[in-house]
Amino acid sequence: MAFARTQAEDEGWSLVLTPHRGWFDLRLRQLWRYRDLVLLFVRRDFVAVYKQTILGPLWYLIQPLLTTITFTVVFGRIAKLSTDGLPQFLFYMSGTVIWSYFASCLTGTSSTFIANANVFGKVYFPRLAVPVSVLISKLIAFGIQFALFLIFVVYFRVRGADVHPNACALLTPLLLLLMAGLGLGFGIIVSALTTRYRDLAQLVAFGVQLLMYATPVIYPVSSLPQKYQMLILANPITPVIETFRYAYLGAGTPIVGDLLYSTVFIFVVLAIGVLLFTRVERTFMDTV
Amino acid sequence: MHTPTVISVEGLSKQYRLGVIGGRTLRADLARWWARKRGRPDPFCKIGQTTPQYGELLWALRDVDFKVRQGDILGIIGRNGAGKSTLLKILSQVTAPTEGVVKIKGRVASLLEVGTGFHPELTGRENAYLNGAILGMTRAEVTRKLDEIIAFAEVDRFIDTPVKRYSSGMYVRLAFAVAAHLEPEILIVDEVLAVGDAAFQRKCIGKMGSVAHGGRTVLFVSHNMAAVSTLCTRAILLENGRVTAEGDVASVVSEYLQHSAEGAALDRVWHDNETAPGRAGVRLHRIRLVTGGNGTPQPITVETPLSVEATFRNGEDGVRVFPALCLMGSDASPVFESAPTGDAALAGQPLPKGTFRVRCEIPGSLLNEGHYTVWFALVDDAAREVCEVRDALSFRVDDTQQRAMGWLGKSVGPVRPRLAWSIERVSDMG
Repeated sequence: MAFARTQAEDEGWSLVLTPHRGWFDLRLRQLWRYRDLVLLFVRRDFVAVYKQTILGPLWYLIQPLLTTITFTVVFGRIAKLSTDGLPQFLFYMSGTVIWSYFASCLTGTSSTFIANANVFGKVYFPRLAVPVSVLISKLIAFGIQFALFLIFVVYFRVRGADVHPNACALLTPLLLLLMAGLGLGFGIIVSALTTRYRDLAQLVAFGVQLLMYATPVIYPVSSLPQKYQMLILANPITPVIETFRYAYLGAGTPIVGDLLYSTVFIFVVLAIGVLLFTRVERTFMDTV
Repeated sequence: MHTPTVISVEGLSKQYRLGVIGGRTLRADLARWWARKRGRPDPFCKIGQTTPQYGELLWALRDVDFKVRQGDILGIIGRNGAGKSTLLKILSQVTAPTEGVVKIKGRVASLLEVGTGFHPELTGRENAYLNGAILGMTRAEVTRKLDEIIAFAEVDRFIDTPVKRYSSGMYVRLAFAVAAHLEPEILIVDEVLAVGDAAFQRKCIGKMGSVAHGGRTVLFVSHNMAAVSTLCTRAILLENGRVTAEGDVASVVSEYLQHSAEGAALDRVWHDNETAPGRAGVRLHRIRLVTGGNGTPQPITVETPLSVEATFRNGEDGVRVFPALCLMGSDASPVFESAPTGDAALAGQPLPKGTFRVRCEIPGSLLNEGHYTVWFALVDDAAREVCEVRDALSFRVDDTQQRAMGWLGKSVGPVRPRLAWSIERVSDMG
């Protein structure tokens, strides 16, 4: 295969179509050539969602605010779960903001093939452009929500609350990269498999919700009994959320080893995702 | 002059599985896997089979080989289901081949459908950018051509209106305009000519012609033989997934017509005089369509003179028989009815015993392209039907006329007679 390609390039062919392609042939160079398309997809998603709505992009703020308030009332006031001594509002908001970036990346990319079957069936462009554009548009949404979160952190600090942002905040890009990578990895695995098994689309919808309870979004790891801590630390999202919370609020248990574990885990998921994706994108039009 | 090969298709095959598209669920596959693990027969097998029947395998393309040189305008023709669309899908990378290799030199753009990826909420301008990017243009390229695109599509007043408010004509015009301003080295076009009104079609054809004359390579798939004959320099004919003819347009088109005539009923003979249509005494023997004067069958084009010839046997002296025929169009609506007039020999005369031949000539340049069927009857002098044969003959008329760049679509109506026209100057007052 590799041999055929180099020989073909020698003969001046710019494109060779064969039944099979390399396992990890991502065509990133092509994706780069289509970068304008990725950005236009991002723009389309933004414009299309909020056209003919009254509040428009304000929804990006309403969503995390309402979620945080609900969590504060239900889990904080009524169930009285521990928040590591942090103000409940900030504790829940920090978890919600970073969790929803992961969750929206996952659900957004998981419908790549099914939702775009019509376009994919008519014209070729690097299929990865669609999930990548999802990651970017969700990142913008995250940015807006993150700014809101920072405003609240400053407000609470000025009011004299016991919160301590620290140098760990410099890790934020890495944390986002990990969340995006995991969301993309799981998302494209699901999108590749749903071309065959439609059941998975159902699973993702509530699976993401359930997964949130297996992640320290509404409780800190430190509040768990010892035997459950191992279990919750096996979840690769746990170290990311704990580190994020520690970086901006100053409470939690960030461990470098755990973050390393998350990174490796996420790389494996991404590799499997890319593998399935590149296989499916070749012929999925025949099975959809 | 040496022109390089820009597309080389070698041993290309594509297999499809019929009947089970998207029909698998995780549960079924898990059940199958579990049964295999435990050595049980597949729960989804029919008895006696070892592997589950997912559906029949179908080779949509089989061992297709051809080459396209730079600057060729290659027509790809064939009947529905011959594999044309599959070939285009592989060439435009929408799906991968099952076997074989395709090598391509240069940037490919394919127009399998106009308006792919248009979003109704976005404005015309935003959609032009989005659609252009989907087709492979960069932002800068679209910006450079935007004025041209807007002018071509004639939507300048509405360019900042969401396309959901467009009329369908405007929508299609904008979509085609974006596609037409792509500048790939190789353009793949699938019947986009069928869009828009006559004036816009003329514009599209002009655009296609200029693309072709600019030295770029075009692959054009169509059922419209007139368009293929006019635009293309070479053609290939696909039948059941195989290339059955390749070469210059005229010979491939005539090959296609020869084959498309196979489904037609051009000759019917009743050998048994007892069961032939008619009544005791007068029986129909044969009815056929004669193409061309000398009896050798020819492809039927809009210019071919045709005649319907019927033979009947008469067993009684003194019977009067009046033949009549009616030509029906593809929607079974009558095109015309005809019967012999008084000056035809033996029309309305008492006939002696014998075998008689009736002939009705339909001149060339009268029928339009399309499917026709012939209704034939013999009526006696009391205006009672002796015999009536519905769908006695059926045939297809094709249009292969090469035309000057202009209207390449199908003309309307069941007939297209060649009429005398004149244009003269009656005054020098402007």
